[in-house]
Amino acid sequence: MGDLVTMDDLSNDEITQILDEAERLIPVAEGRVTLPLLQGKVLANMFFENSTRTRMSFETAMKRLGGEVLNFSSIGTSVSKGETLYDTMQMIDGYADIAVIRHPRQGAAQYSADSVNIPILNAGDGSGNHPTQTMLDLFTIRQSQNKIENLRVVLVGDLRYGRTVHSLSHALTRFGASLILVSPPSLRMPSEIVSDLRNSGCEILETENFKDQLDSADVIYMTRIQKERFPDDDEYSKVAGIFKLSSNDLTDVKENLIVMHPLPRVDEIDSSVDKTRHSKYFQQAFNGVPTRMALLCRSLGIDVPKKVK
Amino acid sequence: MSEMRRVTAIRNGTVIDHIPAGYALQVIRMLRMDMNISTPVSLVMNVPSDKIGRKDVLKIEDRELNQEELDRLAIIAPAASIAIIRNHVVSGKLKVELSGELINIASCSFSNCITKADREPLPQRMKVVNQEPLEIRCYYCGKGQSLEELIENII
Ligand SMILES: [Zn+2]
Repeated sequence: MGDLVTMDDLSNDEITQILDEAERLIPVAEGRVTLPLLQGKVLANMFFENSTRTRMSFETAMKRLGGEVLNFSSIGTSVSKGETLYDTMQMIDGYADIAVIRHPRQGAAQYSADSVNIPILNAGDGSGNHPTQTMLDLFTIRQSQNKIENLRVVLVGDLRYGRTVHSLSHALTRFGASLILVSPPSLRMPSEIVSDLRNSGCEILETENFKDQLDSADVIYMTRIQKERFPDDDEYSKVAGIFKLSSNDLTDVKENLIVMHPLPRVDEIDSSVDKTRHSKYFQQAFNGVPTRMALLCRSLGIDVPKKVK
Repeated sequence: MSEMRRVTAIRNGTVIDHIPAGYALQVIRMLRMDMNISTPVSLVMNVPSDKIGRKDVLKIEDRELNQEELDRLAIIAPAASIAIIRNHVVSGKLKVELSGELINIASCSFSNCITKADREPLPQRMKVVNQEPLEIRCYYCGKGQSLEELIENII
């Protein structure tokens, strides 16, 4: 019931409500206000694949709300000895009130949610969904644009394997965005996702020409292109050089343009961008905390007070 | 009815008519009758049909298929008509129905799907997202499955 496996688990109204709650929780996320809403609750961080940032973000969110955290890693445990995901999740069902799962296989979060009684939050499964990342992305967009409706969003980089861009595209489409998908041919957004987005009325442009798209954009969402996706170094460096943003590219952009990145970055955003008013990726990383606080409360059925102080 | 007589009429059993031409063998696989046929099965392929152009027909002797078994055929033979024969007489007629979900009919084609993990106690589940044109996706990983893939991966 309180599961969050894909963005389909949330209605547009719920999304808006959670973003409102996250906003109210910012002082708590910053440690300025103490609000032990989740005191006595235990979160299990089930990471079957490493992701230090996501794990820590959840851990901070839980602890700032007075809750406890169990950290599970599959390395050197019963999982490496061949325990099934089902069995591991049965164990945690008895230990915790809620679990966050990150798993290399797609569909693992849905399967976990079906297997246990406690609520499951999907923190990334294969190249599938990553809804808590999407929520913090939406939060960041709304924070600087004052809305999430009808925006022109340019998604750049690895759109094929990048799960954050898959979830985010679906969500933005529900709020009337038009999307410009910029990627090398080998890393284009999967065709079934593109056709889904088009069917739900989204205007989509697929292109390899990055710089032409900047001036009309409200949001530029950069992603990392991984070396491993290419057959050799030459191929990689050719591509990596093209999809690179520097402050020189931002001279004629819209006033409200923001540059986002799920981090860690390699060199797709030059550090010259950091100092511009457009850069929002560090803010975005912090926003994971209040957003995940609001999501933990929602899944555990705890109301966030209308006034937090 | 004349094309039905290309094979000897059966005394007891099931006749599956209006299978799209070329799919009779897949139907046999889908009914899991390829491994352990214990009764005679006759097969007519590529006969003209007013309804679907060309069709295949299967006659299975001494076995009455039930609705659940027949529903397995919905993805490849949605227009199939089925007659249960008792003592040379049609005693019942059935149609296949495509439900919203296919459980343990075919496995997912995506190598990184959780259903490909060893020993996980999970059913193979497919969601029928759209009937016309047919669109089927894995319940777990969400990947679209083509008809060819589904047939290839029949359990
Ligand atoms: Zn699958």
